[in-house]
Amino acid sequence: METLFEFLVAAFLVTAGIFGIVGSFGLIKLNDQMSRLHAPTKATTLGVGGVLLASMLHAAAFEKYFSYHELMITLFLFLTAPITANFIAKVHIHRQETRDTMPEAGGDDHWATHDTPEDEERRSAEQTPPAED
Amino acid sequence: MIESAATFAFACFALAMLMNLWKVVTAPDVADRILALDTMFINAIALMVLYGMALGTEIFFEAAMIIAMLGFVSTVAYARFILRGNIIE
Repeated sequence: METLFEFLVAAFLVTAGIFGIVGSFGLIKLNDQMSRLHAPTKATTLGVGGVLLASMLHAAAFEKYFSYHELMITLFLFLTAPITANFIAKVHIHRQETRDTMPEAGGDDHWATHDTPEDEERRSAEQTPPAED
Repeated sequence: MIESAATFAFACFALAMLMNLWKVVTAPDVADRILALDTMFINAIALMVLYGMALGTEIFFEAAMIIAMLGFVSTVAYARFILRGNIIE
């Protein structure tokens, strides 16, 4: 039983290390900015998840206490990684793209990241009904 | 077996952090720099949890949790500053 747990913890650690290094290597290797967004947000998050699983298993099997802190960190990271990626993609749209290079925005005439203060004023004026006398 | 696997993971994440540092220095645009800094935070969490596991103590998990929160907040604040010119409107 000890050997099985040892093998599992070691396997989790090696997998996590490989995912972590692949994520950071992708960050310096890939050519396009939006391709570079993929490597750290997915591979590195998975790598950290592997380390945390290995740590939980190690504590439960060898240190004789059950530790749930790692679950909190995993949950937090898995919740915040997509939000971070969304913000970085918005920064890319804001700095590298113009209204003409973006694809169609569906029902609207442009994407909200490219809003100017005049656009916001016009939209709020459209949404509020005119005051009745 | 666990010792050698942990050493391998330490080496991988340390190398990953060095690559992120290289990217922070040579990034062509500010979006890449934000991304590299965020990845550095995540790799720091992994290194801290690994260190706590190697020492067999629990006290590093609180530090890892705080670093996770600080990393998220600082990334969002940086991106928000680039997008809007200020952070809390």
